[in-house]
Amino acid sequence: MALATKSLASRQSDLSNPKEQIKILSDNESVGVKSFTEKLQQIDLFPLKPTQLDIFQVNVGKMCNQVCKHCHVDAGPDRKEIMTKKTMQLCLDAIKNSTVHTVDLTGGAPEMNPDFRWFVEEISKLGRKIIVRCNLTIIVANPKYNDLPEFFKKHNVEVVSSLPYFSAKRTDSQRGEGVFEKSIKALKMLNEVGYGKEDSGLILNLVYNPTGAFLPASQEGLEREFKKKLREGWGIEFNSLFAITNIPVSRFLEYLIVSDNYEDYLTELVNAFNPTAALGVMCRNTISVSWDGYLYDCDFNQMLDLKFSGSTPQHLKDFNDKKLVERNIIINQHCFGCTAGAGSSCGGEVAK
Amino acid sequence: MSKPYYVDEDLKKFGEITEWQKELGEKYFDYYASVFKEGALTEREKALIALAVSHVVHCPYCIDAYSKDCVQKGCDEEQMMEAIHVGAAIQSGATLVHGVQMMNKVKDISM
Ligand code: SF4
Ligand code: SF4
Repeated sequence: MALATKSLASRQSDLSNPKEQIKILSDNESVGVKSFTEKLQQIDLFPLKPTQLDIFQVNVGKMCNQVCKHCHVDAGPDRKEIMTKKTMQLCLDAIKNSTVHTVDLTGGAPEMNPDFRWFVEEISKLGRKIIVRCNLTIIVANPKYNDLPEFFKKHNVEVVSSLPYFSAKRTDSQRGEGVFEKSIKALKMLNEVGYGKEDSGLILNLVYNPTGAFLPASQEGLEREFKKKLREGWGIEFNSLFAITNIPVSRFLEYLIVSDNYEDYLTELVNAFNPTAALGVMCRNTISVSWDGYLYDCDFNQMLDLKFSGSTPQHLKDFNDKKLVERNIIINQHCFGCTAGAGSSCGGEVAK
Repeated sequence: MSKPYYVDEDLKKFGEITEWQKELGEKYFDYYASVFKEGALTEREKALIALAVSHVVHCPYCIDAYSKDCVQKGCDEEQMMEAIHVGAAIQSGATLVHGVQMMNKVKDISM
């Protein structure tokens, strides 16, 4: 299905306004489904509370070399919002004095931020595990990015990359013309320096997002199929596949509405509600920081502009890791995307 | 206005068949669920078989359900179309092989 290949923001779409998205999401009655709050009440999990802070996810900016149709960040080359070095320093200060064991860098294409490498080096000095959500094509987008695999290796960065399918047709239909071919090239470059190879200790995980209005099948079965196809077709190796459900936010929400799949998709998510997955939703041990230093329960809440609730400090400059674990997590109907079936998080399924 | 025989909303109501015969309906759905669990065949392989059979039995509900199921389980377009061809080949083979019966009968009654 043909959708515009520009961000919602540059098209000045109504949906680029988070309030507009929340209005649509909050109306569970016209879809004819229960609210997420009701579902959590039924299993005694409301209000939803954090457990502890383990993962510090930083969205270093909305700038990206791609304009994927399902992007919940509404990222693209036309987005100029990126994190400054000063805000990165605030992140480092926060991480240093906290229980955080993993720093997860995302975007946009995080590597396009001019201070990205400095930031990784500084986090590395703090001795925390680093994850970079790399869209693969950035590695081959410009010669100045060609050494990213070596750079990642040097800092023992775990690379997590989206590859929605092992064929060009479905990959390109979601991520743009030619993305599959470039992704394969980048994966080979990562393999060459040892990523995804047994015993190298360099972790390369792939993310599978459904390329349409359907939920992912079992992660295990998909991983088997991906491993077989990528090895046989291109000699590519990787560690694990994370099956991630598309959350009805931003451009994926637009796709659902335009393709007339919104109600069916939401209903499917709600029907697949899994209490075990609800116990393990990622916002319970993760926080998300925006390019301008504000704090959110997750990257989706960030895009919906739902900052920390109550009296919890909302900005990095007032960061307080003791206070933030006392907060109530802000929920809405998009949360059903995290609790459907085997559940979904930035690390894939949550309920094995 | 006349209603079409097949309405996609009806697929969602499939479970309601138990309302008029609980025991048999539940047995059927239990059996169905067990059949599609991963076993000697993967869930993916079973979805492809179901897709082929759906076409052979001309069931629009099953075709919708298993087209989606196949995509969801990671089948590609080529695999799905090949599965349908397998169904079609068997179906036409089953028609044509009766040609032998026709030939036998003709021979029986001919001088
Ligand atoms: S999904 Fe990732 S790669 Fe695609 S536009 Fe969004 S941020 Fe960029
Ligand atoms: S969408 Fe965010 S807030 Fe909602 S359950 Fe998922 S991680 Fe938590």
